[in-house]
Amino acid sequence: MISIFPNLISGAAITLQLLVTSMFFGLIIGFFFAILRINKNSIINKFAYGYSYFFRGTPLLVQLYLIYYGLANIELLRNSFFWVIIKEPYWCAIIAFSLNTGAYTSEILRSAFQTIKKGYIEAAKSLGVTKKITFYRIQLPIAIKQSLPAYGNEIILMLKGTSLASVITIMDLMGEARKVNVLTFKPFEAFITAGIIYLFITFIIHNIIKYFEKKYGFQT
Amino acid sequence: MELLSFGDNGWGDELFFATLMTIAVSITAMAIGFLFALIFTPLKLSKNKTLNFIGNCYTTIIRGVPELLVIYLLFFGGTGAAMYVASIFGYDGYIEINSFITGALAIGIISGAYSTEVFRGAILSIDKGQFEASKVLGIKKSIQFYKIILPQMLRLSIPNLSNVWQITLKDTSLISVTGLVEIMRQSYIAAGSTRDPLFFYSVAAVIYLMLTFLSMKLINKLEVKYSKGY
Repeated sequence: MISIFPNLISGAAITLQLLVTSMFFGLIIGFFFAILRINKNSIINKFAYGYSYFFRGTPLLVQLYLIYYGLANIELLRNSFFWVIIKEPYWCAIIAFSLNTGAYTSEILRSAFQTIKKGYIEAAKSLGVTKKITFYRIQLPIAIKQSLPAYGNEIILMLKGTSLASVITIMDLMGEARKVNVLTFKPFEAFITAGIIYLFITFIIHNIIKYFEKKYGFQT
Repeated sequence: MELLSFGDNGWGDELFFATLMTIAVSITAMAIGFLFALIFTPLKLSKNKTLNFIGNCYTTIIRGVPELLVIYLLFFGGTGAAMYVASIFGYDGYIEINSFITGALAIGIISGAYSTEVFRGAILSIDKGQFEASKVLGIKKSIQFYKIILPQMLRLSIPNLSNVWQITLKDTSLISVTGLVEIMRQSYIAAGSTRDPLFFYSVAAVIYLMLTFLSMKLINKLEVKYSKGY
């Protein structure tokens, strides 16, 4: 029991690394596509909708396999600079997770943007505030505040999603637990300990989000 | 396109049956999830602290732990447990539990946690006056539940249950790691033997998209049907 603990902790470090990196890129992607989604141009709008529909409608495992096995199949990519990135399972996982969480984040932000009361924007307009300032000083802060609870859920979903990295040979928490199970034939010890660590991380994320909600969110 | 033909040369029929397998696992898992939800929703709503704690433990743990972990635990742990039980009765051979059953059970436990939350939310959103009114009218608790609360609860929970269904459908792809031949596993096999992973995983993605699209249409119809009169 004690001997497996260091292994699992080092796995948890990889899990957290995967989570933080992909949440960071996912947030950028999500913002970008959320802004495209509220654009009035229907082609841009449809493109952004298609992106989020694809990544929300297919399992994360399919996306991971498509990027890890599928992209390596394209001759053009294999001979290009991108091969340095795509040949590493770690970066494939980051790409898949970022694109996946980006799709969900864009939906969360879009709905937050759309639920902003029209009166705020009209008031800003009638006060002669420029569109740019209205966006940065009024729409954006409100949207971020409103999307905090949903975004917290998304972080936890993504934490669970990072466990799929173990399928493409990354030794994250799940991968370490699998290794321990294979080496010791003690599935209950290995997986339950890993589960407790996952729960612990979930608990911490949950409380951090709760803290931010209390500090910055709307009191409803 | 040749790769997708039916018969010995293509993977069309294999993928078709794999799709049926995915649907079968999803429906079984969803049904198991409902059973779990029926047990745990009353626990979560109960005023008894111990029962409440048990209900909360179930939803918190299952929703806070990766789906893959639940599947591995049941798959590897289940085999071990079955062999242990068998060894008590004097059988020492290797027992392998059917991967359909473990997979459906694992996904069912997960979707049950989500369904529990959905049902709890639906019951809580029913007006308190209805409970009081039925009490005042002297309606028995069991009849109150079946005739008044349950129909409203189901109607209110359809939109959220459709989300649970989507999650369940996508989670079934994870069972492929235990060797059950559903869409994901079949694409993996096909990709391995034809060395064309890009094509087969794209096909898998398209099949999943079609499944989610079709089920959304169906659920929307149900929603319209059951919200008649509101």
